[in-house]
Amino acid sequence: MDALIDLLPELWTATYETLYIVAMTLFFGGVGGLLVGLGLYLTRAGSILENKPLFFVLNLLVNFIRPIPFIIFLAAAQPLARAVTGSGIGNNAIIFTIALAASFAMARIVEQNLLTVTPGVIDAARSVGAGPIRIIFTVLLPEALGPLILGYTFIFVALVDMSAVAGYVGGGGLGNFALLYGYRQFNPIVTWAAVLLIIVLVQFVQFFGNYLARKALRR
Amino acid sequence: MALVSLRNVSKVYPPASKGAPSVTAIDSVSLDVEAGDIYGIIGYSGAGKSTLVRLVNALEQSTSGEIIVDGQDIAVLPERELRKVRLGIGMIFQQFNLLGSRTVARNVAYPLEVAGRPKHERAARVAELLDFVGLADKAGSFPDQLSGGQKQRVGIARALATQPSILLADEATSALDPETTHEVLALLKRVNAEFGITIIVITHEMDVIQTIATKVAVMDQGRVIERGPVFDVFSNPQAAASARFVSTVVKGIPSPAELAVLRERHTGRIVTLAFRDSAVDQKAVFGEFSSAGVAFEVVYGGINEIQGRPFGHLTLALTGADPVIDQVLAHIRTLTTVTEVR
Repeated sequence: MDALIDLLPELWTATYETLYIVAMTLFFGGVGGLLVGLGLYLTRAGSILENKPLFFVLNLLVNFIRPIPFIIFLAAAQPLARAVTGSGIGNNAIIFTIALAASFAMARIVEQNLLTVTPGVIDAARSVGAGPIRIIFTVLLPEALGPLILGYTFIFVALVDMSAVAGYVGGGGLGNFALLYGYRQFNPIVTWAAVLLIIVLVQFVQFFGNYLARKALRR
Repeated sequence: MALVSLRNVSKVYPPASKGAPSVTAIDSVSLDVEAGDIYGIIGYSGAGKSTLVRLVNALEQSTSGEIIVDGQDIAVLPERELRKVRLGIGMIFQQFNLLGSRTVARNVAYPLEVAGRPKHERAARVAELLDFVGLADKAGSFPDQLSGGQKQRVGIARALATQPSILLADEATSALDPETTHEVLALLKRVNAEFGITIIVITHEMDVIQTIATKVAVMDQGRVIERGPVFDVFSNPQAAASARFVSTVVKGIPSPAELAVLRERHTGRIVTLAFRDSAVDQKAVFGEFSSAGVAFEVVYGGINEIQGRPFGHLTLALTGADPVIDQVLAHIRTLTTVTEVR
């Protein structure tokens, strides 16, 4: 317990770093996932921008990247992270890599949520002369908003999970803190403190996500 | 020049999988809809009627043929130009297809937003339309708070927002109960009468045609097998499929099965008389039987009215001596069509 009290400043720094990594990856991965997901939805057979070759490529890419265990993906994507962020280690590299992995995971969730929008409302929008861009912003996204919020809440938990391995490439955060000060120094209380903080964080975000989704669905 | 004119229009869907045959949904259909018509298109599911109506506002692309709407062949227009054409064609749907994320008022405003009308103009037009369909008090409600009939009225208000000259109704009442169906049909009749909007009604229910249509086309397997003024098709259907549809709302000539039942009860001669419009004087016809002393019993049939004109068939079982009956029938044949059923 005394060890934990001594480590409090480090714990707060680690919490802040986790929040920072998760927020950045939620933003970049969220936007990436939305774009790839929309791409999948719009180019599939029978959709408004049907494009078989493009759908095939996107679909293959998502199926290819999604099943790779994140710790392996982290190592495999390191050269790419170095090329983009200038360094293969540290918070920026891990943010890039998590955002990339999350984009493809989120893409499937976005695609599935958009598929729940009844094709009839798209017909209705087309029948009054709406074009594809307008249909995306006035029909598809608003109609699927509730499930999309729940999808993003779900991916948030995955992001916290992925950020925990940041320590392996020199990043910070609660995962790194638990490993460094708890596990390696045989101090389970320190580990549990980090776990507890993660649970609180996830619970808070889940409640908030549910609340927003309820508002969007008016239930 | 007809407002909507289809010339040898076909729609062929490519094979669903390799080796499967391609599907011809519309098979060289030609059809003219005049301005002011309420044109009914009836057929069983799979007959191609929904595909046909979706060709008129180019929600589907035709494979061949001309689709002339208001003097313009829309089959050759690029997508960008089609969007302008669609502003002049309203459409309502079986499942209403309202935007669940928008209020009733914002659903009705949607086509106006697409058309780029300014905000104050949209608000005024929405109020006017909701008033017309009798839902002024529901402006702030969401679609999931409305009944089916109310949803379709919102659908109609939305379809009329940009003051189109044509309204397409794709099975617009098929998801509604009979009473609500008649409310919605009455509203469509008002749309036609008050605004002069030409309406194309797709349905599988002959009752809908009988209630509002002025002309009807019967579709079967992608073809139009019969067309004409509703009264003509109802009172004298030519194709077998048309006759089946007519028989769903009009009890006319007994089917072979029904005739077998009648035969068991009536051993004498059975005839079916056609009554069409006021051209046939029922009193004169029945007077012939009475004065000749031939007793008759009405065993099957009905007299209907379409657009204020009566028509129908009555099947009679006759009792009397054969030569006398022959003589009477000869007289009656000069008045109307007589079919002796055996």
